[in-house]
Amino acid sequence: MRPIATTRSTSGMPTGLLAVWWVVASEIVIFGGLLGSYVMYRLSHDAWAGEAANTNTEIGLFNTFVLLTSSLFAVLAHKAAEAGDGKKAARLLYYTIGGAVTFVCVKAFEWNMEISHGYTITANTFWSFYYTAAGIHALHVIAGAIIMAIVARDAAKNAELHRVELIGIYWHFVDIVWIFLFPLLYIAK
Amino acid sequence: MSENSDTNYVKIWAILLVLLIISYLGPMLEIQIVTLLTAFGIAAVKAYMVAKHFMHVNHVPRFIPYLMITCLVFMLLFVAGTAPDVYRDSGDNWVKPAAQWQYMPPQAADHGEPAHH
Repeated sequence: MRPIATTRSTSGMPTGLLAVWWVVASEIVIFGGLLGSYVMYRLSHDAWAGEAANTNTEIGLFNTFVLLTSSLFAVLAHKAAEAGDGKKAARLLYYTIGGAVTFVCVKAFEWNMEISHGYTITANTFWSFYYTAAGIHALHVIAGAIIMAIVARDAAKNAELHRVELIGIYWHFVDIVWIFLFPLLYIAK
Repeated sequence: MSENSDTNYVKIWAILLVLLIISYLGPMLEIQIVTLLTAFGIAAVKAYMVAKHFMHVNHVPRFIPYLMITCLVFMLLFVAGTAPDVYRDSGDNWVKPAAQWQYMPPQAADHGEPAHH
């Protein structure tokens, strides 16, 4: 027997779907506040442009490409799940996880390079913002990949296919956050 | 072609990549307004496309977009509320000591006198 919370639909949508949108709503405040603070400080501190010049735009570009591509796999997985093809959905979710792993590995390489050049989280306020924003985002990528692995394992058995859409919505939001982080941290110099 | 066909999703992805390349190339012109438009304008367009075509916000109950917008507005209100603290060093009945602080080397050391009497 399934828990009643997973089957009722008083809001006109499945409870799980409503819960994911609540998560996204709370994340808007978390990331929005962080990015809003960054923009305020950036506009009032001209020296930040010079600091931003030390971030590697090509690495940021590549990671944006990786996340956009992983979002494509996530939405194709959703479509496959809707068609009842759990195996295909699972395979596409594993591709998405591959994107997440690539993103985190590239980020680790990038941070290693920056830290070795003396740009640490305590170097100045710009780098504190940089590591905080990119770090919190990377934690969301890692969390998403772990949840996606659990969802994919069940989807491969054609079980709980509705969860493919739920993790997809979360993943697309993580993608949107990066879409704004990319110009803020890598382009505006 | 159906809105939710694989081909359509791949087409959306291809458009997102083209926009990404434009946002990368835009700043190379070194014109501030072009940089702002290609970086942040395109970011907004890309975010809208992901929300519309990948998250399917058009197909959720109306209260969901309202919920998102409410959170966004409250967040912007809080950011606006703290903005004076960032942009100004003083105001009516308040000053920001950190902004007025300047490092002063101890004068006494220049004359060989002890700092405390």
